[in-house]
This record gives sequence, C-alpha cells and structure tokens, in this order.
Amino acid sequence: MTYCLVVDDSSVIRKVARRILEGLSFEIGEAEDGKQAIESCTARMPDAILLDWNMPIMDGYEFLTTLRKMTGGARPKVVFCTTENDVGHIAKAMDSGADEYVMKPFDKDILASKFEEVGLV
Amino acid sequence: MNANVIQRVIQFISKAAGIVLTPDKAYFIDARLSPLLREENLGTIEALLSKVEAGDRRLSARMIDALTTNETFFFRDRTPFDHFRNIIIPELIQRRPAGKTLRIWCAACSSGQEPFSLVMLLDEMKAQLGGRQVEIHASDISESILAKAKSGIFNQFEVQRGLPTKLLLQYFKKDGDNWQISPDVVRRVNFFRHNLLEDPSRLGTFDVVFCRNVLIYFDRPTRAKIFAGIADRLAPDGFMLLGGAESTFGVTDRFTSHPKERMLHIPLPPRKAPVAVPGRAIA
Repeated sequence: MTYCLVVDDSSVIRKVARRILEGLSFEIGEAEDGKQAIESCTARMPDAILLDWNMPIMDGYEFLTTLRKMTGGARPKVVFCTTENDVGHIAKAMDSGADEYVMKPFDKDILASKFEEVGLV
Repeated sequence: MNANVIQRVIQFISKAAGIVLTPDKAYFIDARLSPLLREENLGTIEALLSKVEAGDRRLSARMIDALTTNETFFFRDRTPFDHFRNIIIPELIQRRPAGKTLRIWCAACSSGQEPFSLVMLLDEMKAQLGGRQVEIHASDISESILAKAKSGIFNQFEVQRGLPTKLLLQYFKKDGDNWQISPDVVRRVNFFRHNLLEDPSRLGTFDVVFCRNVLIYFDRPTRAKIFAGIADRLAPDGFMLLGGAESTFGVTDRFTSHPKERMLHIPLPPRKAPVAVPGRAIA
C-alpha cells in the first residue's frame, strides 16, 4: 500500500485529506508541522507527502528543502496543498522540489488528479 | 411538474439537440430549468415552453444550454491524449507529406479544455511535427459555453482538474480569483457552433475527430447518424476517439478498430446496397 504523510496544522484538513486519500487506497500518516514531519520521515520515509505551506515551528517550504537533503528524501512525491494561490508561491514550491501543487479548497477529483499526475493513482 | 410538461420538455430537447431524456428525469429537468425561470422572470416551466414552442429562438437556445451537460476537464481520461501522442501523430506524420496541414475537430468541446489540452500537447510535440501546421476546430451546440471557451478564463477548481502544475505556470496568468489561458492558445483554436444533428459536410475533411462523452446522451439511431456523418468527414486513414463509456459496436458499420488500439476508430466507406441483376427471376 502506498504510504502518504499528510502534513498540515489544521486537524480538519488532515481529516478531510485522510478520508479522500484512504478512499484512493493510500495508507495515511499525519504530522502537525514541518518538525514533526521530519521526525516522521526519519522513522519511515513515505512514498508521498501532502504538504501545507504555513505551519508553526517549521513551514512547508523549509521542510521540503530539508527533506530533499535527507537520505532517501529525494524519493517521496511531494504535493503542496495550501491556500497560497499566487504564481510566485506556486513557482517557488515547484522550484524547491515539489512534484505538484494543490490550491485550497480542494475536492476528491483535484487530489486524485494531482496524485495521478505524480504517478501514484 | 405534471407528466404533460415533462413530456413536452423531453420532446423539445430530443428534436432540438437529439438528447434523450426519460420521464424519470423530472428532478433533473427541474434543477436545470429553475435558474433559467428565475433569470427570465417566468413562473413555470409551462410558461417557458409556451414561449419556446411559439418560436422564441433566444429562449430556445437558453433552454438547450440549460439542459445540456458541460462536464469536462483538462487532459480528461489521459489515455486518449497518450494515443494521440504515441499512435495518431506518428502515423499521420508518416503518411502525410511535410507541407500538409493536419486538421483536428473536437466535436462537443464544451468550455474548451479538450482543444486547449491538444494545443499544449502539440507544443510539446513541435519537433516531431517537422514544421507541419495543425488546425484545431472545436464545436459545441451551446453558444454560452462557447463564449466561456473563447474567453479562456477558468476558475481555481477547473485549472486543478487534470492540468499539471508546470502547464499552469507555463500557459496561464492569474486574473483575480480566476486563471486566464494565454491568448495565443485561444487563437489557435477555431471555435464554432455546431449541432451534431446537423449535416457536417460544410466542415471539410479532418484527420482526427474527438467526439467524447457526448454520444451517451443520444439514442442509437441518432448515434448511428452522427457516426456516419463523422466517417464521411474523416480522411480514409483518419482517427475518431470516443469517451470511455462509448462504442461503435452494434451501432454503425462505418468504423473499425485500429489494429494496435481498439479505442481508436478508423472510418470505413459506406456499404453499397445489393444491386438487383436484371433478367433473373428470383424464385
């Protein structure tokens, strides 16, 4: 089963994403911020990461930069999932090593489409 | 809504657009026509029908718009676009001389995501095309959905369904809450109104016809007629692509499957009626 880590400080978003991604046959792990996500990736590197941008302690951009330098950190497909919807943020995320970008709010079709785009659906 | 009104709506949309609705779709008719009634300050569907049946062409067009389905998204179903890239274009390039323009028709293009996806895909394949020009023609029965297609403006949900983010960044600009596709992409598509029930012979000959996810709304005789029209408009070595739930099987003998891929349909000439041999008695 493909393992996806959902990283978002909102428990509501984590719950919605979990429900959608479990429906797409993903195994789900959760983290509330970038620091917790790094700890989770150190323990078990996921196949995919759904990643929020604005989070306390370590934001999504800093997490991604750190992740990509970790052993095995180049492997997970990273889909940014954030309220930031301007071209500058999207370009910065893609340049920093994200594989896809979801603008909130999202629905099942959008998440399925993005995970299909990165070859995981 | 009484049975007589439902029947009149069913007859109208069948005659005007060939779309088959059944009496159990009363909820659908009500949901689709209610906003139109409000906008036109009409109290009931019967009042709308009376005006349409009396020859009000504007309201008739609006009623067709309301009852047609415009579900679409970028690179929908993916596989047809893979076939376009991996089979159709390589085969056409092999058969057509370098100076020949390839012609593509997106029948029932809705808000334009299909033809715009083809423009973006063809850009990726530019080197492979060897300087060949490609014309993309895209039609729909609905004037309002064509106006949306021509605007090239999509909302945040629309640009996230099927469209890779790298293509969003490459081809779109943020416009308030919406996204505007490059005017160059819009210019490369010839949008026009066409009712699939009408004779398409004025449209010329095409190398590829995309007719996806529309024939499911028609009955079998209407589908057979539309298939024949498309077969007549395709080059003998052209291709037709249908939606995932659509097939020519049992509907027409004007198409056969491509030897490599059964989802690709190749046109066949019409079968000639048997000719009676004079002077021979048939027992």
